[in-house]
Amino acid sequence: MTQPIVNLSPQVSEEVRKTTCYMCACRCGINVHMKGGKVAYIEGNRDHPVNRGVLCAKGSAGIMQHLSPARLRAPLKRVGPRGSGEFQEISWDEALQLATDWLAPLRATAPEKLAFFTGRDQSQSFTGWWAQAFGTPNWAAHGGFCSVNMAAAGIYTMGGAFWEFGQPDWDRTKLFLLFGVAEDHDSNPIKMGLGKLKARGARVIGVNPIRTGYNAVADDWVGITPGTDGLFILALVHELLQVGKIDLGYLIRYTNAPYLVNAHDGPDKGLFLRGEDGKPLVRDRRSGRAVAWDSPGISPDLASGVRIGGVTHLPVFRHLADRYLSDDYAPENVAARCGIPAPRIRAIAAEIARVAFDEEITINQPWTDFRGQRHETMTGRPVAMHAMRGVSAHSNGFQTCRALHLLQILIGSVETPGGFRFKPPYPKPPEAHPRPHAGFTPGQPLDGPHLGYPLGPEHLLINDDNSAKRIDKAFSWDAPMSPHGMMHMVISNAHAGDPYEIDTLFLYMANMAWNSSMNTSQVMEMLTDQKEDGSYRIPRIIYSDAYSSEMVAFADLVLPDTTYLERHDCISLLDRPICEAGALADSIRWPVVQPDRDVRPFQSVLLDLGARLGLPGMVTEDGRPKFRDYAEYITHHERRPGIGPLAGFRGADGTAQGRGAPNPEQIARYIENGGFWIDHIPPEAQFYKPWNAAYQGWAVARGLYDSPQPYLFNLYCEPLRKFQLAAEGHGLRQPPDHLRARLVDTMDPLPLWYPTFTDAGTDPEDYPLHALTQRPMAHYHSWGSQNAWLRQIHGHTPLYVSGEIWTEQRFTEGDWATLTSPHGKITLPVLRMDALNARTVWTWNAVAKRRGAWALGEDAPEATQSALLNHLIHELLPPKGDGLRWANSDPVTGQAAWYDLRVRIEKAPKGQSRSYPAHPAQTSPVPAAPENLTHQVKA
Amino acid sequence: MTTLPATTQKKLGLVIDLDTCVGCHACVISCKGWNTENYGAPLADLDAYGGNPEGTFLNRVHTFEVTRETAPPMVVHFPKSCLHCDNAPCVTVCPTGASYKRVEDGIVLVNESACIGCGLCAWACPYGAREMDGAEKVMKKCTLCVDRIYNENLPEEDRTPACVRTCPAGARHFGDFSDPDSHVSKLSAARGGFDLMPEQGTAPVNKYLPPRGRDTLDVPDLASMCEPAPKTAKGFLGWLDRALERL
Repeated sequence: MTQPIVNLSPQVSEEVRKTTCYMCACRCGINVHMKGGKVAYIEGNRDHPVNRGVLCAKGSAGIMQHLSPARLRAPLKRVGPRGSGEFQEISWDEALQLATDWLAPLRATAPEKLAFFTGRDQSQSFTGWWAQAFGTPNWAAHGGFCSVNMAAAGIYTMGGAFWEFGQPDWDRTKLFLLFGVAEDHDSNPIKMGLGKLKARGARVIGVNPIRTGYNAVADDWVGITPGTDGLFILALVHELLQVGKIDLGYLIRYTNAPYLVNAHDGPDKGLFLRGEDGKPLVRDRRSGRAVAWDSPGISPDLASGVRIGGVTHLPVFRHLADRYLSDDYAPENVAARCGIPAPRIRAIAAEIARVAFDEEITINQPWTDFRGQRHETMTGRPVAMHAMRGVSAHSNGFQTCRALHLLQILIGSVETPGGFRFKPPYPKPPEAHPRPHAGFTPGQPLDGPHLGYPLGPEHLLINDDNSAKRIDKAFSWDAPMSPHGMMHMVISNAHAGDPYEIDTLFLYMANMAWNSSMNTSQVMEMLTDQKEDGSYRIPRIIYSDAYSSEMVAFADLVLPDTTYLERHDCISLLDRPICEAGALADSIRWPVVQPDRDVRPFQSVLLDLGARLGLPGMVTEDGRPKFRDYAEYITHHERRPGIGPLAGFRGADGTAQGRGAPNPEQIARYIENGGFWIDHIPPEAQFYKPWNAAYQGWAVARGLYDSPQPYLFNLYCEPLRKFQLAAEGHGLRQPPDHLRARLVDTMDPLPLWYPTFTDAGTDPEDYPLHALTQRPMAHYHSWGSQNAWLRQIHGHTPLYVSGEIWTEQRFTEGDWATLTSPHGKITLPVLRMDALNARTVWTWNAVAKRRGAWALGEDAPEATQSALLNHLIHELLPPKGDGLRWANSDPVTGQAAWYDLRVRIEKAPKGQSRSYPAHPAQTSPVPAAPENLTHQVKA
Repeated sequence: MTTLPATTQKKLGLVIDLDTCVGCHACVISCKGWNTENYGAPLADLDAYGGNPEGTFLNRVHTFEVTRETAPPMVVHFPKSCLHCDNAPCVTVCPTGASYKRVEDGIVLVNESACIGCGLCAWACPYGAREMDGAEKVMKKCTLCVDRIYNENLPEEDRTPACVRTCPAGARHFGDFSDPDSHVSKLSAARGGFDLMPEQGTAPVNKYLPPRGRDTLDVPDLASMCEPAPKTAKGFLGWLDRALERL
């Protein structure tokens, strides 16, 4: 039988160009196969530290993003009313002149009237530097509406959190607990890690109200009630303490568990008892005396305190044990609230204890700690944990994240083999980060970096009358520790003129008129609201985006960005790095193709604008632009001497790592090396990083620190106590009276749980259900819908309800339902799903689109069968009758409390066939998309 | 009618691990990208940005929910593509010989130049693994990346199907089932690899690994874990004191 002859070795491409993906924030290495100068095929880069060759659906669909019909084509000037989408294409000269004409007078007279906020970009160290040079205090990126609770709790507790800060020891862990993670984030590393665990048969426990994705493959699934993760975690702590399954040696050596807490009534109560030199004191078990924590040869006590002048000062650990041994945290007493049976909580605690202590692992690798003591081995407790937005996006999220770190630390599984490992430049304690700054002067740069980690009320950015210096009220008494800012409050506050009015809102890559805002419908009204004289309440809006997003329609001036394959970028150690636990790494993007439209990379445009405004650092002495484009900035900018945006291939000959003079050939060297640079940490420095002398020395050599920074983990977080003391009436800076009780209750120096503000303030009779969104793995925020391949995977947003609700509501196939919150309504088709917390409903995040946006057809299911949950979530809590605007945010960090939402459900009338709300279409600034695609790139 | 070979020299196929697949669709899109550029006509997308987008995919992931009497419901992600059956009914039904099973390696292919787009093969396939391309009107199906696995223009480590190369969780494995010592044969044997719908008599080459048991953590005997149970705060202090002495 003869069979057809198949060409088994077709030419794959003419050239492979290696760059960095930008289909989400994961930043995998990609091989872009080129044919005839065009992008033909994208696959993962096998050498790349982030993804080791694999690539998710988004990454492989990058070609369709690059060719999206929604790509903007030229700068746009608004000609119709705001929100209509009516624009006229203008030249770059005109666009940049317009922006300069708007911004120059602001800089000269009132720089704070520029609010510059960026979304999911990866150039925050650059945009922040620009904003600092402009002199406005009003800059931040999107962390405040994303996962700042996680980041802040991690930094304050142990000098780093998850994702960019650290990762599970995937190669060694034997038990992995995963709490509430958006499945589009850090997505390939987590999937690769889960794959490793599965291949070894290690147990995975998923804690999530919804069993999809990672929770579907979890060996054990805990369908927790939203907002109760902290209570569940502290019940685990209760159980572990009860059976004594904690690592006392680790707590004594590496944490502030032995620190004595001052019990004297007065302004120092609850602070650490300190010696005359300011060092915290511990009780030495041998002498019974209070001595400096780092005195040589002492045996710090955890059990007993010291009595001075009739007052007993107890160690942190005693306070901790007293709190969590309380019956309040007994499994029986939290089970109903968490929706988890008590025996199951006990079983999980026992499994953590068993694996941590009975399956201890040892690596025969000597190391020396910062006290100078040599250890012959590295001992690990192979229990790892990971969490992200699911636990973070609640009004009790900061303390919940603290509780999770407490659990990790109590069993000694942070920075030990098999546990959680920091990725350089982390660990980095709060003291090693800057303090926030908001000192502005017309015509001058800001007095320091915008964002940072306050250590007490003295670092708040407030005026003498307690009003906020920043438009988003970050670092005010509303959200004292808000190190990522509060982007979700900017439009609302600017519209309300609270704390003041602004002139120009400048946004980059943040779809604030749609899925990136709470309360979307009203935000659109705020953006279009006019004063009596017909002028807009927010006078000017400049927006940069690569695509025809919903936000574009609300801009007065649109600066069109390139796609990720047409630009330079650096994934910098100064920003959100891509390091691994065992290596320092950074990477670049470079234009693998040139744009075929009149668009420019935003960062280059910002440098151009900075030069036109004469901003310091962006012009030469004779006033000419200092940088031709962003690539030149990446190569030549130095943040400190020898430290630039890229750490690899520095120095005149390109051999310096970390520190070194700028190298004009640096980007070429990155391209030769596959788009990234990696530098492995020596074996003796791989673990115990905060306390490991070899790691500390290596980090100084690489420029991560300027001097060794060993520190102890903060089980007890003294800066929190300082805010509490202020709220109790101590100190010069006093909060307004209406916030005192809340500050005392929530800024506890030890982790605690309290009901979310929505749970506490909502009658469960009226709103009996929780409602959540899930990120589909195949989409990233709003981007997937313009992608011809990805939108076929997720094209609409059904509302998933449990069998219990399905039966209660007598739903049948094809029904629609209306969800009502205290704030709004949405109507969606319903589907039954039983692998779900029975009292929680959910839908996909950010798939819904406004008609006319993203170059989609008028009848696209994204607009007709889909709705955002955002319409149900207000940026403020319901009015309390006191005339105040209470943010729907975490009271410590200001993190948007997206997942606190409560709703009620009812069946929609028969005949419902379109989703609600249905906003009027925006005029598309780009031509209609092609109908059919038969895409094949010919050489 | 087209004849199947009596035997094939190799039996190339996939092991798909249902215990590990997180349902991310990476394999679906990687397949779409490779096969749009390579073997045969590009995979079309009709109404690509409109109300009813309908594209050709050679691999799709389905999701099933399994409710259980005494344990929480399970969710299983189920990637599905051609299983390259030994008794492939799609081949024997083909009126033109366009559908055939390769003698060399057992891969089932469609010779597009001979395909008249009658669709009989898709009706015959019990797995629904073939899709008619809406633009080209030829039958499309998984080629097991026949133009990758032997491709001398690719580095040796990349001579594997696109879906296997890209799978982030490592849930897909490629190899020769005719060799009992191959990675796929051993993995399938060790993990209870099973045939999809064996009652159809298609003798599929691809194997699926079943999900491991879920939600099996037992209630432990807490008392056995501690010495002596420091159940109260006072008992705890005594334990703590003793434990610190031992450090």
